[in-house]
Amino acid sequence: MTDEQGTNGAILVVGGGISGLTAALEAAEVGKDVILIEKGPSFGGRVAQLNQYFPKLCPPSCGLEINFKRIKANRRIRTYTMTTVKSVAGGPGNYEVTLEIAPRYVNSNCTACGECATACPDEIPNEFNFGMDKCKAAYLPHEMAFPRRYIINKAALSSSGVDAVRAACKYDAVDLEMKPETVKVQVGAIVWATGWAPYDAKKIDNLKFGTSNAIITNMMMERMASPNGPTGGNIVRPGDGKAIDSVAFVQCAGSRDENHLEYCSHICCMASFKQMSYVRAQYPEAKIYVFYIDLRTPGKYEKFREERMSDANALFIKGKVAQINSEADGGVTVVAENAVTGDKISQKVDLVVLATGMQPELAVQNAPMPLNMDNSGFVISDTDKGIIAAGCAKKAADVVTTTQSSTAAALKAIQVSRR
Amino acid sequence: MSKKYCAYLCSGCGIGDTLDLDELNGVVAKEMSMECKVQANLCSKEGRSLIQNDIDNGVNTVVLGACSPRVMTTEFDFGEGVIVVRANLREQVIWSEVKPAEGKEPHKEAAAFLQETASDYMRMACTRAKKTELPEPYKLENMSKTIMVMGAGIAGLTAATEASAAGYKVLLVEKEQTLGGKAVGWRKSFPTKAPWTDLEENPVQALISKATSDSNISIKTGVEVARIGGAPGNFAVSFKPAGSKNEWDAPAKVGVDEQELIDKGQKEDPNAGLRKYTEVDPEATIVGSVVLATGWKPADVSQYEHLGYGVLKNVVTNVEFEALAKAGKVPANVAFIQSPGGTTDDKDFPYCNSVTSMVALKQAQYVCGDNPDGKAYILYQHMRTPGHMELFYKQAQQNTGIFMTKASVTQVGDKGGKLVVSAEDTLLGENVELEVDMVVLAAGMEPTTLHESTINLAYRQGPAFSDLELFDGYADSHFICFPYETRRTGVYTCGGVRKAETIDETVDDATGAALKAIQCLESTDRGVSVHPRSGDATYPEFFMQRCTQCKRCTEECPFGALDDDAKGTPLPNPTRCRRCGTCMGACPERIIGFKDYNIDLIGSMVKAIEVPEDDEDRLRIVVFVCENDAYPALDMSGMKRNGINHMIRFIPVRCLGSVNMAWIRDALSAGMDGAMLLGCTYGDNYQCHFVKGSEIANKRMENIGDTLSSLGLESERCAAEQVAITDYDKIPQILNDFVDRIVEMGPNPFKGF
Repeated sequence: MTDEQGTNGAILVVGGGISGLTAALEAAEVGKDVILIEKGPSFGGRVAQLNQYFPKLCPPSCGLEINFKRIKANRRIRTYTMTTVKSVAGGPGNYEVTLEIAPRYVNSNCTACGECATACPDEIPNEFNFGMDKCKAAYLPHEMAFPRRYIINKAALSSSGVDAVRAACKYDAVDLEMKPETVKVQVGAIVWATGWAPYDAKKIDNLKFGTSNAIITNMMMERMASPNGPTGGNIVRPGDGKAIDSVAFVQCAGSRDENHLEYCSHICCMASFKQMSYVRAQYPEAKIYVFYIDLRTPGKYEKFREERMSDANALFIKGKVAQINSEADGGVTVVAENAVTGDKISQKVDLVVLATGMQPELAVQNAPMPLNMDNSGFVISDTDKGIIAAGCAKKAADVVTTTQSSTAAALKAIQVSRR
Repeated sequence: MSKKYCAYLCSGCGIGDTLDLDELNGVVAKEMSMECKVQANLCSKEGRSLIQNDIDNGVNTVVLGACSPRVMTTEFDFGEGVIVVRANLREQVIWSEVKPAEGKEPHKEAAAFLQETASDYMRMACTRAKKTELPEPYKLENMSKTIMVMGAGIAGLTAATEASAAGYKVLLVEKEQTLGGKAVGWRKSFPTKAPWTDLEENPVQALISKATSDSNISIKTGVEVARIGGAPGNFAVSFKPAGSKNEWDAPAKVGVDEQELIDKGQKEDPNAGLRKYTEVDPEATIVGSVVLATGWKPADVSQYEHLGYGVLKNVVTNVEFEALAKAGKVPANVAFIQSPGGTTDDKDFPYCNSVTSMVALKQAQYVCGDNPDGKAYILYQHMRTPGHMELFYKQAQQNTGIFMTKASVTQVGDKGGKLVVSAEDTLLGENVELEVDMVVLAAGMEPTTLHESTINLAYRQGPAFSDLELFDGYADSHFICFPYETRRTGVYTCGGVRKAETIDETVDDATGAALKAIQCLESTDRGVSVHPRSGDATYPEFFMQRCTQCKRCTEECPFGALDDDAKGTPLPNPTRCRRCGTCMGACPERIIGFKDYNIDLIGSMVKAIEVPEDDEDRLRIVVFVCENDAYPALDMSGMKRNGINHMIRFIPVRCLGSVNMAWIRDALSAGMDGAMLLGCTYGDNYQCHFVKGSEIANKRMENIGDTLSSLGLESERCAAEQVAITDYDKIPQILNDFVDRIVEMGPNPFKGF
């Protein structure tokens, strides 16, 4: 299948999170043709999984909704989900990119009526919620998903499941014979907005992630606090559902550590402060402990930190956590040394939140074309070649910085077509 | 345009199973006199070709009774010349039906209730279709595509060269006689690339050369902007020699009350000798959009008496130390103090961001580099080196001449010509006293907008950015997702005026600002709105003959889009307008409206709702819903099958700010029993996409409550609620509770009058 609309001036944006959405929209609203692709079944990326943004404590879906609205209103953007870059040929200003569209097993007839999910007997771990609950094997990724179209995990369907979802759909939208498809597009520049993945906490041996339900990551906390999360927004200990009397935030879980991520992930301090407010809203008396190296809440974030630190039931300990040990009652004990006093600390808590850092997605998955990258897997732009990095594919950053760099990336991409 | 209508009812997704579509068809055909067709599923190929076929045969206005207007947007896009109005029968009618509690029988009239709701939504959609006109974009007669960049430091130079590289003309204005801003004084700059450990050549000279040799960029130095009048695409800029006063200086905002006092001679006129903001400077230079990159000033640190700045010789700021370094050799023993608060406060100096941590690391390297036995001590509370700057920090930790510790600095004193720094709570486990040659204080970077308006707009709402106090004086945005959006259309800020930034951060920020300035030009040229209603070709039109000059529109516009003309009549500037409709909501004379959104259109929709008499099970409550957040939340509530009381009717609005109280009065005088506004959070953490809309609407509702009381109606029949897009499980409760309160009050006593 050859693309008809694509021209040499078009821009390909790889990744449909807040960074890719921003780059695509900002370029399209100047008047450029844009092709926006997303590997997953819906747009929104990591921010769609967040409960709130710091420091305003507002829901990310609010900004995403506006961006989706902008996409719907703009005829210059073409979007593809379930799509990755397979190969790139040609040269600067005139790339021919082969896109691969993975089968969704639900075609464009889908009206999102939801009958397939209701009928489907098979369940799978809910990826959107980091496996903390299950969803049907025929599912909408989440309520806010754009595009609002169901997807089927074919491998997880039993034979009765196959019959059930087929029978449930009145619109002939279930297509279990769907095959991967390729599309070729001609573009002048490629913006890599491939984003980040939470650093795999299992790799940090001493923090014992995976050995106790009481140890979760900050991204799991975001899902748990979200109204559309696995617990409907209730923060409890996974597994036994225990209410939280005490919680410890372990900062720099992987970050600022040459054995893991050598850089600072930039957002984890503010993320934990934000999550303190989630806990406090539900548990006015809970004890909160924050173990940190430095509190990196610069500039306008200082006010936010100050408010959280005035919490009488919160204790801040400058010191790296050495060990986390499981306790018989389902809780855990956090062991650390206070760097200022030299005291050894052993604090038992109901829940530990590991402030795991950001790892560039392309460090986890291989890039489909030779890209200039640093040791950590962040993409280095080559603007002469029309290869432009944006957002957290470029560096660990908060949302404001990400959208700034993505707006900048849109201009760098537009400049290519001027040459 | 002569309109030809057709309505279509979709029977898919359970709509046909739940509703009697023949009856609904009858409502459309008989009451609304509109042809109506029922189709199995409209979004299918067959459904769309049915519609397309009718369009090919002359239909140009289509009403769809189907799913939410938020979905199937591509499927139901029939091109620019076709008006499509959608009635949300799926998410907000059949999916929002109140289900009986377990074991309970449904209300015996449940099916009738649902049918009535659907009928009302079709009546409203048909009414909307009849009242909607296709927009004609507002085009400027003379459109400038030049971008003015104010400030020629790193931010301004970057914005200028990046805009030029995309083919745009730039006018670069610098107050000083030379280009480069503060960066000209930096000896070295921070690492910007792997391995992130080495200081780099200062890029500013290269950037200056690039800008000065660029034929797209014209440069004015030694010049300041006196005022900017006009609007995007046609800003009129008056220049003046830097530091001088001029009759074209932007006048301060003078309120109506203040003007009265001035006229009576009881108050000094702050604008004496200045041309009125409404006057047009015949000598003005015309530009299309503006990038504000006027940077920052070093903060004064003499207030921290215990640190001795201004009293003790050799206590200097980081900026002064950099000048020493640039001029020659720096002293051999230097302490860098990052946090001024002693043991009580662990914050950095104000206006620092993370830049001053990096500056200290850089300057510590000067100390060791310039002196074989150089010793630099960095005393911090929190070392702030985000991202890859961590590696720069780590490199400094390896440097045997650099000592770093967390410390609460309590005093800087003088001891026989040397300085002594006392600190507590250190990582060394004891209090320390350091004897050094020099102490460097990590002074912050105050934005130029902290002390003066800087942008100097000749607007009715005054010369400065609004909301500056919310951002401690920075010309920043309150939108996390949309950091370039300020309350002044066509003006984009970057660099130190927005926040304390490193050069690397500034380059990205300024490039983004250049893009936004370009985008504004192109949108203005096409006659469409910029963010958040990007691409909207409608704009507010005023029927000025009936204007009473009450000035509410000019006061309430969140974006300062309206000025006064010489006679005091509102002077709209459509290219400043974001199309929220707050002016329309404000106008007591109801003379402001858009082609597809106006007082008559929504008022007629309200009146299209059927109001049964003498039936307590059939009260009617109209809810005006912000289409940005509350409306999607209602959709999601429907997807989750949360029940919403059948007596409620929703009308989406662009922003609560656009809700004119006439609609509320219309509703109540038509016999409806209650009215509610459902919109975004306001206050310091506002989420309103139009900044002030929900706050203004809330105030108006308070006032209408008083009006109701004077008519003998309960003021509680009107309410305004703040919700977030994620409140889809809470909204049904809010709405149903409101209905319960209305039911308790009983029907509107004016029903039937």
